[in-house]
Amino acid sequence: MKLTDISNDINEWFDGSGPMADIVISSRIRLARNLAGYKFLSRCSDKEKSEILDKLRDIMMSLDLGDKVFYVSVNDAPTLNKYFLVERHLISRHHAFGKGPRGVVIAEREFFTAMINEEDHLRIQVLKAGCQISQCAEQINRIDDMIEKKVDFAFSPRYGYLTACPTNVGTGIRVSVMLHLPALKITEQIEKFFNAAKDLNLAVRGLFGEGTEAASDLYQLSNQATLGVSESDIVSRFEKTIIPEIIEYENAARSHLLSKQSDVLDDKISRAMALLQNAHLISSQEALFLLSHLRLGINMHQHMGASTPAIERLRALCGSGDDPDKASPLSIATINRLFMLTLPAHLQINYGKPLDSTHRDALRAQIIRSALNQQDPRKS
Amino acid sequence: MRCQICNKNDATIHLTEIADGVRTEMHICEQCAVEQDIAVKSHIPINELLSNLLAVQPSDDELSGSSEQSLACPHCGFTLAQFRKEGVLGCPGDYEVFEKTLLSLIEKAHDGKTAHCGKIPLKTPRDAKKQMELLNLRQQLDAAVQSEDYELAAKLRDKIKQSEKEQH
Repeated sequence: MKLTDISNDINEWFDGSGPMADIVISSRIRLARNLAGYKFLSRCSDKEKSEILDKLRDIMMSLDLGDKVFYVSVNDAPTLNKYFLVERHLISRHHAFGKGPRGVVIAEREFFTAMINEEDHLRIQVLKAGCQISQCAEQINRIDDMIEKKVDFAFSPRYGYLTACPTNVGTGIRVSVMLHLPALKITEQIEKFFNAAKDLNLAVRGLFGEGTEAASDLYQLSNQATLGVSESDIVSRFEKTIIPEIIEYENAARSHLLSKQSDVLDDKISRAMALLQNAHLISSQEALFLLSHLRLGINMHQHMGASTPAIERLRALCGSGDDPDKASPLSIATINRLFMLTLPAHLQINYGKPLDSTHRDALRAQIIRSALNQQDPRKS
Repeated sequence: MRCQICNKNDATIHLTEIADGVRTEMHICEQCAVEQDIAVKSHIPINELLSNLLAVQPSDDELSGSSEQSLACPHCGFTLAQFRKEGVLGCPGDYEVFEKTLLSLIEKAHDGKTAHCGKIPLKTPRDAKKQMELLNLRQQLDAAVQSEDYELAAKLRDKIKQSEKEQH
């Protein structure tokens, strides 16, 4: 399995399917674990790191996951491949640009990854499309049990699973959901969401982690406390309280847009369509914002039956389906596909060689134009 | 909303200042905030949070001479000064060695909680003493290899294997 085998398509947890996927794009749970009897990584020599890496890689490669797995040696990977893995959320930025022997085991369908020698010896994660937090929890717990049959993790009865950073100690669990909140942004209520998250001791990050909050209408929301609260309590708090509240906020903002500010809504969608169908240079950030507005329009039609002049024009657009000769209606999967495949490292891996930013912007614009103008003879 | 300074980017930072009872609001973008030297941090980096918390540690311990501040972990040689710099601990044993200092940090990071609640490993976890023994054996093995004492290294390796075997 090579990275180019997966770079042409989106992963299954980003295809727009799954419960409540119009707002909750994906769910993710990761567990932080360290081997008993070893120092944490900051005190390990490269030799010790290699020993840990070999031991954990062998175990991860032999897990019965119902899918094939492959291994990427992160320390040997070219920079572009590292960025690619970060863009696909298969490894963290910290792992990509860390030091010493380290790697990642990835399930071919990309629902599972195990980062070895990131901040902790082992960080496993399970990802699913839409709001499927308890399903993620169930699966990762099963995988964790399988691993525990083969190794001992550092654990203390008082502090639980011991992690390199005390902020992860206890369950070592991080529940995280990727949210699409364009209406809260357009109606200038996104600050309310930030403040509510803060009050609930939740962290909000942008699509690509800390500091990227302003990069698009996509946000990652995750728990911060990991000690003194059980895995199931954290999961049920997300599913029963946090997610329903956010969905209600975003839906209220969408209804408000439709009933009170339909000109604003139509303006956003029309501008996005006009630029994406015609522009010849588009930056990654601009693409994320504009595609976000198309996504909003399609979802408002599918979930609320919204029909404004701009939404109707949007519905008349066609996206590329499975058969390149036969265009299908523009779908959320197509938009998500464009979100991912036009990210800088994806563009370059699929192009086959590094490109400077102007060439990337041109290629990005071309890919989007051709996807959106699929069946419009005037523009193809 | 457009940034009030450059009038180009979206305003993502909203400042409210109340001076002499007069309230002024400012809406600017991140780029202008940086240029204007307005500190914007949506999240305090963990290292900074840790050093802030550790900096305000009560100095009773230091006065009594039993300070964790000047202590080095017997298992990994780690000190609190290194923790302050790096933001991560040296080995699982540090949770015990630096317990007094870490406790208030742990409390702050976890909504006031200080004890684990949740999953427990399927197998009875190796007790802390056994975990530390193994850690120390590995430390000794490292030193033996460094000093090219291969006879001792071989013995230590056997001991480690034996200790690991007992658990499986």
